[in-house]
Amino acid sequence: MYQNPDGVMIGLEVHVQLNKLKTKVFCGCSTDYHNDPPNSHVCPVCLGLPGSLPVINKKAVESAIKIGLALNCTVEEHTQFYRKNYYYPDLPKGFQITQYDFPISSGGYIMIEGEDGEHRVGITRAHMEEDPGRLVHEGTIDKSKYTLIDYNRSGMALIEIVSDPDMRSPKEARRYLDKLRNILEYLDIFDGDLEGALRVDANISIMGGQRAEIKNISSHKGAERALLFEIVRQKNVLRRGGVVVQETRHFDEAREITLSMRSKEEAHDYRYFPEPDLVPLKISGWAPAIKATLPELPDARRMRFVEQYSIADDHAKALTSELKVAIFYEEVAKKAHPKTAAVWICDVLKGELNYRDLTIEAFKKEHMLSVIELLVSKKITEDGAVDIIRTLLDKGGSPIEIVKEKGLMKVEGDIVSMAAEEAIKENPAAVADFKAGKEKALNSLVGVVMKKTKGRADARAVREILLGKLG
Amino acid sequence: MASINELKERIHADSSVEIVTEYLEIIEKSKLNAFITVAKESALLRAKEIDSNGHEGPLAGIPIAIKDNISTKGIKTTCASKILTGYIPPYDAHVIEKLKNAGAIIIGKANMDEFAMGSSTETSFYGPTLNPWDTTRVPGGSSGGSAAAVAGSEAPLSLGSDTGGSVRCPASFCGVVGLKPTYGVISRYGLISYANSLEQIGPFATSVRDVTTLFDVIAGQDPRDSTSVNREANYSSALINDVKGLKIGVPEEYFGEGTDKNVDRSVRDAINTLEELGATSIEVKMPNTKYALSAYYVIAMSEASSNLARFDGMRYGLRTEDSDWHTTFSRVRAAGFGEEVKRRILLGTYALSAGYHDKYYLKALKIRTLIKQDFERAFKDVDVLIAPTMPYPAFKLGEKIDDPISLYLADVDTVPINLAGVPSISLPCGFSGRLPIGMQVIGKHFDEAAILRTAYTFEENTDFHTRQPEG
Repeated sequence: MYQNPDGVMIGLEVHVQLNKLKTKVFCGCSTDYHNDPPNSHVCPVCLGLPGSLPVINKKAVESAIKIGLALNCTVEEHTQFYRKNYYYPDLPKGFQITQYDFPISSGGYIMIEGEDGEHRVGITRAHMEEDPGRLVHEGTIDKSKYTLIDYNRSGMALIEIVSDPDMRSPKEARRYLDKLRNILEYLDIFDGDLEGALRVDANISIMGGQRAEIKNISSHKGAERALLFEIVRQKNVLRRGGVVVQETRHFDEAREITLSMRSKEEAHDYRYFPEPDLVPLKISGWAPAIKATLPELPDARRMRFVEQYSIADDHAKALTSELKVAIFYEEVAKKAHPKTAAVWICDVLKGELNYRDLTIEAFKKEHMLSVIELLVSKKITEDGAVDIIRTLLDKGGSPIEIVKEKGLMKVEGDIVSMAAEEAIKENPAAVADFKAGKEKALNSLVGVVMKKTKGRADARAVREILLGKLG
Repeated sequence: MASINELKERIHADSSVEIVTEYLEIIEKSKLNAFITVAKESALLRAKEIDSNGHEGPLAGIPIAIKDNISTKGIKTTCASKILTGYIPPYDAHVIEKLKNAGAIIIGKANMDEFAMGSSTETSFYGPTLNPWDTTRVPGGSSGGSAAAVAGSEAPLSLGSDTGGSVRCPASFCGVVGLKPTYGVISRYGLISYANSLEQIGPFATSVRDVTTLFDVIAGQDPRDSTSVNREANYSSALINDVKGLKIGVPEEYFGEGTDKNVDRSVRDAINTLEELGATSIEVKMPNTKYALSAYYVIAMSEASSNLARFDGMRYGLRTEDSDWHTTFSRVRAAGFGEEVKRRILLGTYALSAGYHDKYYLKALKIRTLIKQDFERAFKDVDVLIAPTMPYPAFKLGEKIDDPISLYLADVDTVPINLAGVPSISLPCGFSGRLPIGMQVIGKHFDEAAILRTAYTFEENTDFHTRQPEG
């Protein structure tokens, strides 16, 4: 049982951009702007030109319902949009269309790997809203002489997922974010690699005190760092006899600190009221049909992998924590020994990819199949297999070529037997030690044989052969 | 005062260029200040095109004035506000697209109260429009330019918008016909919002027939306006000179204290005329009418405070030379909005603020429901309601402009119709001296046919609509 010594309570607000939709949430503009010039994917509606009106994108609503269902939320029968009124140059209408009362879904949860095993994090609500434009500064925010605005992002569909304050450490916050991203990728509604795809605001308090809201967090690692800093800061305030005040703080990613945003803008009264240009949306009846099309989610796939392929739960978890890896594994496991595939993908390939900062796409599944085939048929050693994987990642080629070039084909039978006899002849002292009961002497003999076969023999087999000859 | 049919004959015999030129000459000589922008070049160019293409379409070659809060591609659209200085919309409103397809020619943009906030056209940044019947008096508002242009023979047709009476009031004061359709019948796409949940675009002409012809052209569902509905109908076929069996309701609350004696008499005479033609009338009770004005202004101002937030000088319109965001948008708004607009933004902001939201905004919504119920109850027994449009004829320029409350009170008979969302047509029914008096015929939701037929029958059997201002 995790004691949570500092009484840490963390809740996260995650903004997910539905960047796999073809069009924006209230207009027909394309969402495919990432490689295009600024302000090239805009129209009267997402520029908020006078007289333009929003029209809801039905696909965005479907995605929102999908997310709600995947997060075990209750999906409402009616949903409504509201205006959140505030002035900011990235907000072309002077208000953001969002949800307030009647959010599309609420009251769910997800399970994460907590400080003390499986841990449940409540989902307060997941609601729809529109993305503002993007401010572009020359250099840093405080030194820039001007601000440019790119409205390509304006009107992109966002889902804001608000968690309950159920996380007890920065590590749990990071795991929550990992899990959330994983679920969203399984739903195929979101490409997490695109700029601005997932943005996080974190609320944190300690010892039952007031909470600080930290904005401008752009990565999972950033969230963990910001929260770690914030715990230290709040503890220091308490240690000095002070009181933590409720405020909004800005995460400075470069310095890994949070800074107070003491400004007039903070005291907001958003004057929410129902958006008169969008009629309340009746969505009763949508959820069951969408539920039927919901893909298998990470937890379900993990359980299925354990059952179907008889692999260890740890391996199943590692394989399903990234959709692309899970798909890779499953394709390999259909044609090769599933357990061997799980071991080699989880314990070797993932580590080698991680070391090189590569994704699973850098490795062909045919190559994985050949490596496993070579291993299972005992044509190469485990060390040889690792060598092949590394060479494929660093230089390319094919496993067979690499085996030939590097001479990794396992040496067997007569050659090993001859080498063993030579080793026994040449090392009488070691033989004598072994016969006198010194087990360790056998290891030095194995070493000699391995040297003679240039490492291409299987060490376990060599041992067996030596034992036979000395027996 | 030429009708559409007369103009069509003349266009056929002569040319659209000739007709357009004549109207442009009248506008040039006029002292009414009915137009903010005269689209001379584009109108003549379009007339030439239509002449060479053979006059296709129900309004081929016929000029029309457009209230300056309706977006016209390539033609300045100011809302009679300084803040939109230099703004040229890059797109056409839905009604403009429909007019262009019907062959109509936009001759200019009509003067109005700034952002449609007023009942006298005196709050225009471009100066007041004068009443053609008496140039010391107001034309009504907020669509004063549109009504005065038609009454003053500067355009045979025009479009206005009616949020709380802004079509019917100037129709009444200028002795022309003006229709506020059921909420949702005409797309608002491109109408620059004052109070979205209340307003509709509406046609002006000198006869019920021409208003109906224009209405037929601009009505219809538009996928870009979520509040527009599918009620395709041929309204002109409702124009039958027969009211036998028609049940008229007379809401006594609309003939209350403050109603001019001549207005009271003229409207009651008009009801008698219809009874002589075979209709019957009964008194109906609309007990919540007395709350309508307060509820209307709270809702309209609340919505306006949000709708007008987009005018911050960042993307279009007035721009000051200040260096930072807060100073820039504050000064742009201080310099760009007139007194009445600022008053309504402030009051609306107040009504939506935390702590006052329930007391004002929510309460107003509740009253709105009660008003709707008044109409539903009344329409169980009658087909149409008939009441004065305005409690008195046109007042003097400057008479009420410094007393906002008395100006708001002038809307007492028009605002309940917008709160309920029902249709209403204002048409001439008498004179007080040389000043025209208007009555409104109010119908059930989507029952434009009944009010058009009633108004048409009245018009066919009287001659009030044929009188013209001297000038």
